[in-house]
Amino acid sequence: MELWNDMKLQINQQTYDVDVAEDTPLLWVIRDNLGMTGTKYGCGLAQCGACSVLIDGEVVRSCVMPASYAEGKQIITIEAIEQDDVGKRVVNAWVNHQVPQCGYCQSGQVMAATALLKATPYPTHEEISAAMGNLCRCGTYNAIEAAIDELAKEAKVEGTA
Amino acid sequence: MKPLTQSVDGQFAELTQEVPVNVSRRRFLLSSAGLAAGALVLGVGIPLRQARAAEQQQLPAGTRVPAFLQITPDNQIYFQSPFVEGGQGIFTAMAQIVGEELDADPASFIVENAPTGADFQVMIAGPGRITGGSMSVRFSYPVMRRLGALARQMLLQAAATEWKVAITELTTEPGKVLHGASNRSLTYGELASKALDLPVPDPDSVSLKDPKDFRWIGKSVERIDVYEKSTGKAQYSIDMKVDGMLHAAVQHAPRLGMTVGDILNLAQVKAMRGVHSVHILEGAGAVAVVAPHWWDAKRAAEAVQVDWQAAKGEEQNNVRHMPADFSSEAFSELLAKRTDKGQDAEAKGDAVKLLDAAAPEALVSATYRTQYVHHAQLEPPSALARFDDNGALELWLPNQAPDMFLADVAKRTGLPANKITINSPILGGFFGRHFLYNTANPYPQAIELARKIGKPVKLIWSREEEFLRDPLRPMAAVRLRAALQDKAPVALEVISSCEGPTEGIYGHNPQKVDETAVEGLAGKSYEIPNVRIAQDYVKNPTMLAYWRSVGNSMNDFVYECFLDEVADKAGVDPYEMRKQLLKDNPRLSHLLDVVVQSAGGWKRGPFTAEDGSKRARGIAMASPFGTEAASIAEVSIENGTVRVHHVWEAIDPGSIVNPAIIEAQVNSAVALGLSQVLMEEVVYKNGKPLARNYDMYPILRPYEMAKVHVSIVESGAKMGGIGEPGLPSVPPAVVNAVSQLLGRRIRSMPLSRESLQG
Repeated sequence: MELWNDMKLQINQQTYDVDVAEDTPLLWVIRDNLGMTGTKYGCGLAQCGACSVLIDGEVVRSCVMPASYAEGKQIITIEAIEQDDVGKRVVNAWVNHQVPQCGYCQSGQVMAATALLKATPYPTHEEISAAMGNLCRCGTYNAIEAAIDELAKEAKVEGTA
Repeated sequence: MKPLTQSVDGQFAELTQEVPVNVSRRRFLLSSAGLAAGALVLGVGIPLRQARAAEQQQLPAGTRVPAFLQITPDNQIYFQSPFVEGGQGIFTAMAQIVGEELDADPASFIVENAPTGADFQVMIAGPGRITGGSMSVRFSYPVMRRLGALARQMLLQAAATEWKVAITELTTEPGKVLHGASNRSLTYGELASKALDLPVPDPDSVSLKDPKDFRWIGKSVERIDVYEKSTGKAQYSIDMKVDGMLHAAVQHAPRLGMTVGDILNLAQVKAMRGVHSVHILEGAGAVAVVAPHWWDAKRAAEAVQVDWQAAKGEEQNNVRHMPADFSSEAFSELLAKRTDKGQDAEAKGDAVKLLDAAAPEALVSATYRTQYVHHAQLEPPSALARFDDNGALELWLPNQAPDMFLADVAKRTGLPANKITINSPILGGFFGRHFLYNTANPYPQAIELARKIGKPVKLIWSREEEFLRDPLRPMAAVRLRAALQDKAPVALEVISSCEGPTEGIYGHNPQKVDETAVEGLAGKSYEIPNVRIAQDYVKNPTMLAYWRSVGNSMNDFVYECFLDEVADKAGVDPYEMRKQLLKDNPRLSHLLDVVVQSAGGWKRGPFTAEDGSKRARGIAMASPFGTEAASIAEVSIENGTVRVHHVWEAIDPGSIVNPAIIEAQVNSAVALGLSQVLMEEVVYKNGKPLARNYDMYPILRPYEMAKVHVSIVESGAKMGGIGEPGLPSVPPAVVNAVSQLLGRRIRSMPLSRESLQG
């Protein structure tokens, strides 16, 4: 028997009531039920990372994450990224470095970078490489790395000031 | 929760009822609709232009200024681009080019893809309007400049009338008209409502700027869409939404041509949660499930058990029936064993005679192979179809050629063209994926479903369905022979056994070689006196497509790697060989110098790098889409896997619009070139693709990307393309380096097939 659930989800500091089967991936609740389309569907198999969101500060691939898992947790999507200090800096760096091309993966890239810098303000190249695994078919990888490098240096300067 | 696009759509829907249109009123409504924020406009479409255009007389394409431009009182410029943005930066380039002659900052532009219609058929040659072949800027540059100049002239005229002064007394600064004598000025926004209602001046009456006075063309102007794309605000086809819309997912026949015999578990599927209805799509060989939510539709579509029937009868409309025993490996073998001499694509001198007579020690011969590849753009295809109460159809769908899609929809539905509206949102990557491909576009299915259920339907193909129906970049086996004389090739014969993408899509003409099958082989600049390039046509059982840089994507790998073999046989360094063969070509000699200098001089290796790894470098050139390119790649082999550390690429597109976008596009082309040469291959067994997602079809990951060093050469030659030309020289540069490192030749892609222990 399929379990239907009247869930309460905390997304971007708001509470949403959604009525979905509890195995519905969080991605589709966000996109279809709640109409926030900034989070993207690319593969549905946690391969590409276009669907990345933050759950309690950690980056999660929402296409394979049952919505029920996120109940009672704080979900942040790209729509609220600029309300986060680190997220805002990431967006600014993305603009400064002119990172996006087609842009389809970039919501997920920005979420992944935000999660990395929240956990590790001064990431090394190895740490950047380990954290930034999302696919980009346009090949913006070097621009992404340059943007994060700059953020890491800025953080260091601010940290020592 | 009501998404913004829906409300804006709603207001537009109201607007479209007002015909004929008062232009000024429309501008007011646009600004009151809050359209100063670019993100909204990128996705939703500015309507009414067609209605107004229809009121007016025919004008040459690219001259009806009000069809292209609106300027709001706050000096925002809304521009309808004839070319679709899919990452290549064309919206920014258009803003630069039009803004240059209009005298308006590109940063003040908000750009979206124009509707269908003759006004937007602006290309100076070729198909009128497509986004492809790296043609957008080079085939519209003079037209789009003139459009900007015409708009500026109309603004000047409006100011002259307003101030009752001679137009010759007026000048412009970015975004405003000045009258120096009286020290007055008006912004374009203040003048626009009058200016854009004026008749468009004679196109020949305006003169264009001297390029030395350019303010924006040639500069690294910032892209106008990066903020929206960094914050999730940019809207793609897959994000579109209209009132009352249902979602659909499909299950396609495992092999193209098969048909639905029966649905074995129809009752169970209909009873699944959220399912609205289940439909057999006869023409598409698919079953569709419609539901209020896409996840439920997808889940149910996957659960459908179909009794698939083998394809019957002759193939119709170039829809190929996939054989149950088709194996891509066996097909590649078959191609490689061909002995047919093929049909000439290029012939000079007497290559065959010289080659047949050449002594074994003066002869080099080899067979190279290339593979099927996927587009693998990250946005899965979708289509949203809506019929209104009068039977008119509106579509939102990814496409590279709206007018061609309109014609196809008219043909399929029997609707007259004026009852069809095509909306063309930005593309989540394309790489050739969104041309008109007979069996690979979701919109015929979405239209059929919308018609059946009487409600708007958005159909999304899951990644798995996409990889099942994505038409492929062709594969080839290429036989090459070269004869040496005085340490240089004196004769060359190249026979490619393949089907070209163009004949794959539109049908084979036995009288003609498909140029896209041999581009990158024929017409080379190297000074070789006797050359024969030929195609041996072999039909594929798969559906075929264009893929970024088209035939060049595979052929330059073949040619440039073989050229290294020729150099090795002659005992000449491959860089020196290229220099020799290009010594009378100053443009390419210079380009070769530039790439070598940027890499700190030429060293082939193997050498030991600072980190202790053993590395080698390879060099290669290509001449795709009117642009010249040269690449050097530096590689090592780690645990049997090739690692590409650096790619230096020099590119000469003749003249340039935006160096920062060129650098980004070269980076992008390098990434796709690396992905192709390192790991990509579509494998079919028993008539089915083994990979249905990125797990089994890996594409380049961040840690596999090389450092890219771009040198832009502006030689002043005729303007070439930018989106694709960076790609073709990359795979051969990599493979030439790998072969040097291994001490043996690699003659097929991808390298992940090979056992690479040095």
